[in-house]
Amino acid sequence: MDILSLFVVIPVLTITAILLLKDTHQVRMVSAFGMGLQLLMAASLVFLYLTARHAGNNDEMLFVKDYLWYKSLNIHYAVGVDGISVAMITLTSLVVFAGIFASWEVEFLRKEFFVSLILLATGVFGFFISIDLFTMFLFYELAVIPMYLLIGIWGTGPKEYSAMKLTLMLMGGSALLLVGLLGIYFNSSPDGSRLTFNILEISKVVIPLPAQRIFFPLTFVGFGVLGALFPFHTWSPDGHASAPTAVSMLHAGVLMKLGGYGAFRVAIFLMPEAAHELSWIFIILTSISVIYGAFGAIAQKDLKYINAYSSVSHCGLVLFAVLMMNQTAMNGAIIQMISHGLMTALFFALIGMVYGRTHTRMIYEMGGLMKVIPFLSVCYVIAGLASLGLPGLSGFVAEMTIFVGAFQHPELFYRIVTILAVSSIVITSVYILRVVAILLLGPTTNEHFEHLPDAKWFEKISVVTLIGSVAAIGLAPFWLSTMIGTSLHPIIEKIISLNPF
Amino acid sequence: MSLGTFLIMRHELLLIAAALSVLIAEIFRNPDKKRSISLFSIILFGVITIIGFLPSPAGSLFGGMYISSGTSLLMKNILNIGVLIVFIQSATWLKKEENSEKISEYFLLLISTLVGMNFMISAGHFLIFYIGIELATIPIAALAAYDRYKNKSAEAGIKLILSSALSSGILLYGLSMIYGTTGTLYFSEVAKLFGNTNLQILGFIFFFAGMSFKISIVPFHLWTADVYEGSPVNITSYLSVISKGAAVFILIIILFTVFPVIIATWQKTIFVTSILTMTIGNLFAIRQQNLKRFLAFSSISQAGYILLGLIGGNQLGMASVIYYILVYIFSNLGAFGVVIAISNATGKENIDDYNGLYQTNPKLSLIMTLALFSLAGIPPVAGFFGKFFLFTAAAQKGFYLLVLIAVLNTIISLFYYLLVVKAMFITKSETPVESFRSDFSTRFALGICIAGIVVTGFASIIFEVIRNLSFGV
Repeated sequence: MDILSLFVVIPVLTITAILLLKDTHQVRMVSAFGMGLQLLMAASLVFLYLTARHAGNNDEMLFVKDYLWYKSLNIHYAVGVDGISVAMITLTSLVVFAGIFASWEVEFLRKEFFVSLILLATGVFGFFISIDLFTMFLFYELAVIPMYLLIGIWGTGPKEYSAMKLTLMLMGGSALLLVGLLGIYFNSSPDGSRLTFNILEISKVVIPLPAQRIFFPLTFVGFGVLGALFPFHTWSPDGHASAPTAVSMLHAGVLMKLGGYGAFRVAIFLMPEAAHELSWIFIILTSISVIYGAFGAIAQKDLKYINAYSSVSHCGLVLFAVLMMNQTAMNGAIIQMISHGLMTALFFALIGMVYGRTHTRMIYEMGGLMKVIPFLSVCYVIAGLASLGLPGLSGFVAEMTIFVGAFQHPELFYRIVTILAVSSIVITSVYILRVVAILLLGPTTNEHFEHLPDAKWFEKISVVTLIGSVAAIGLAPFWLSTMIGTSLHPIIEKIISLNPF
Repeated sequence: MSLGTFLIMRHELLLIAAALSVLIAEIFRNPDKKRSISLFSIILFGVITIIGFLPSPAGSLFGGMYISSGTSLLMKNILNIGVLIVFIQSATWLKKEENSEKISEYFLLLISTLVGMNFMISAGHFLIFYIGIELATIPIAALAAYDRYKNKSAEAGIKLILSSALSSGILLYGLSMIYGTTGTLYFSEVAKLFGNTNLQILGFIFFFAGMSFKISIVPFHLWTADVYEGSPVNITSYLSVISKGAAVFILIIILFTVFPVIIATWQKTIFVTSILTMTIGNLFAIRQQNLKRFLAFSSISQAGYILLGLIGGNQLGMASVIYYILVYIFSNLGAFGVVIAISNATGKENIDDYNGLYQTNPKLSLIMTLALFSLAGIPPVAGFFGKFFLFTAAAQKGFYLLVLIAVLNTIISLFYYLLVVKAMFITKSETPVESFRSDFSTRFALGICIAGIVVTGFASIIFEVIRNLSFGV
């Protein structure tokens, strides 16, 4: 058993253990144990990865394992990681770990809840370790489908509608993706040798440009749906608003990153020529995501909707930066994925905790919570500051890098769009500060809210884990950006060498 | 011709022997133990299924009218597995008082149709093919009317026999044109003499239309929903899985071996019918409340996906079709198995009746969910692999647009499959189906289906074996 496959095996074993349990009270302990183990595994993976790099291992992917699966179609179960996937795996294990504690008090069908949640996580982990397009796609769909039950059963509000909308739109994205992947597969060896699904092998060949022009948009939009690309973002506000806390956390924190990661790793990496040629269309769409998402957040009154639109804006920024196709911007995109993943998970965790106490998510129905539940309120302020990009927290590092990188693009059009996108920072601070002012400061408007209990121990674990990570990235960004940067370097080299623009 | 050469027809001979022994056993059985006959038949058929997997010589008989090859043996074995599951699933239903007088007829007729299908698959001559297809259809009409005291069942029988008579007429008309222009009915000779004249194309179109009735391809699907709804559930599952599978098998063989000359023509035909079949099957399935009708329309749309494997005329296409039929047998019989179990226990067959099923019968709900996910093509169950290979086969020949339409259709199908999942898991009900425990045979059959759904995808060896036995144009 190689170390990477353990990231899929541990969740599966945890699920099995949960299913075998008779006593539902032990379910959450087992889940926490399994995902805690996963977090430790992620930490040791970072350690092993950095050690191997220091030892001078310059392979593109480390810990590569390759098992032939379907011989006639040359489908492999192939895993491998570089600095980017290591970072994403770490993010995922942090968010899942925090998510388990955030859903500590789920009572209804507890066993099924944790099984679905961990099944979702299995799909995400599998996606990040795969370097074979087939297994990647398999894990991608595996990650999407538990969402239906998670939102449909344990959600709030118009949950059935939201669950169906979210599932169908995401599966619609994966439908486009499937066609794109098949197109890549059948063009993966122009010289007529063996077709392959392996990303590393495909990246060594140049897919014919006419084929790229068809399959790049399909692949990019396919992943873009999950990354909340305008106009395919509409599942996101409804889905997030209806989902239970841990699911919102995982979904906004991790699942949406599958879109950004895939768009970068598959669409742009394998088809850079078409990406360069068509990037202007998608740049426009992502800029709309960025700005429209931010304005959308201003108009909302429901805390979850505010955050969902803010996620549209921030995830739009990821795709925006990826499309700039230079080292700095892409580096920023990856850090933004990590940063937004942690920060938005923190937001949704806090919103869930506030909602659990006040039983409302409408900001105008609340007020003065700072006096009543200081711990949660302070954490909310920290999350907000991270979101609006205060130096010292992760959001600043990410957005700074992105905009510096984007502005380096030689063409005028891209620079103008960058300037427009920068305005989202200002809009972000409007909606963040507005919420902080209404929700946390001022007098307590409702006497029912005067005796709310502050965070319990499991909530503190969840929140502190995330805040610690957000602050760590903000204060010491260089180990992360170096790890990402060294892995990005060969990719950027390849893109530029294939395509001297 | 020595006795040894007859063993080439081992599958058919064994089945005929089985059918006859069921009849004889009916004479000698103890009148007090009416149900022993179904146990006897199931065990007998299980043995036959196992014997079918033993290596068998390939060759032809009757001057090339009957051909046995690795491919046809594989297809027959797959059908045998499906029929075995259907038999096991029907055991509970046959125990009912109103069925006790006609148990042996049930097995006799079903085995006869299977003999017909086997002859059809092994045909090397249009005459044998036609006899096989008739033998495979007419007994089914009797079975559709098995609950003869129910109006709907009798209606289903009549509808099936009338529509299949019509389709046979169309088929025969097409064959007559093929005979008229080539002067032969042997597959190998028709293939050589077939050209691109208008009359021949017309003959092919009639042939294809006739087959479309059997596979229920749009626009020849109209009989499907009524017959499926009226027939007893076990017969419905047999019709939707085994009959359809066998017809697809012979269609792909004939297209690839007899009509390779006009591949451009049948690719166009399949392109259009496949889009129509998927889309209309899916759109109509959304509106259904009765689960039998629901699964009927879902099976129509599944036929549309299967056509994607045929269109390329490639080896991968044939492999993916055979593989998909295998997966489809497990998935659809799994879904029908749950419907049968609940129908036997409570008589309820509507989606609304499944509201809150998870609270009372969690295991059945999970099996149903897995089976529906497999039909929808959601990983990690086998349906995902089946669909993926079908789409890959079509994409290999450049039919990307068709693949795109097909994957978008799978989203529509996911919508209505999720409606059932929603009923079982999410919607609350005042009067859910009561908690019950099915008997051994039902659980055993569902166990086989679930094992099939889970294992077939991951065990790549199954696909590789099928692929090695397939061939292209």
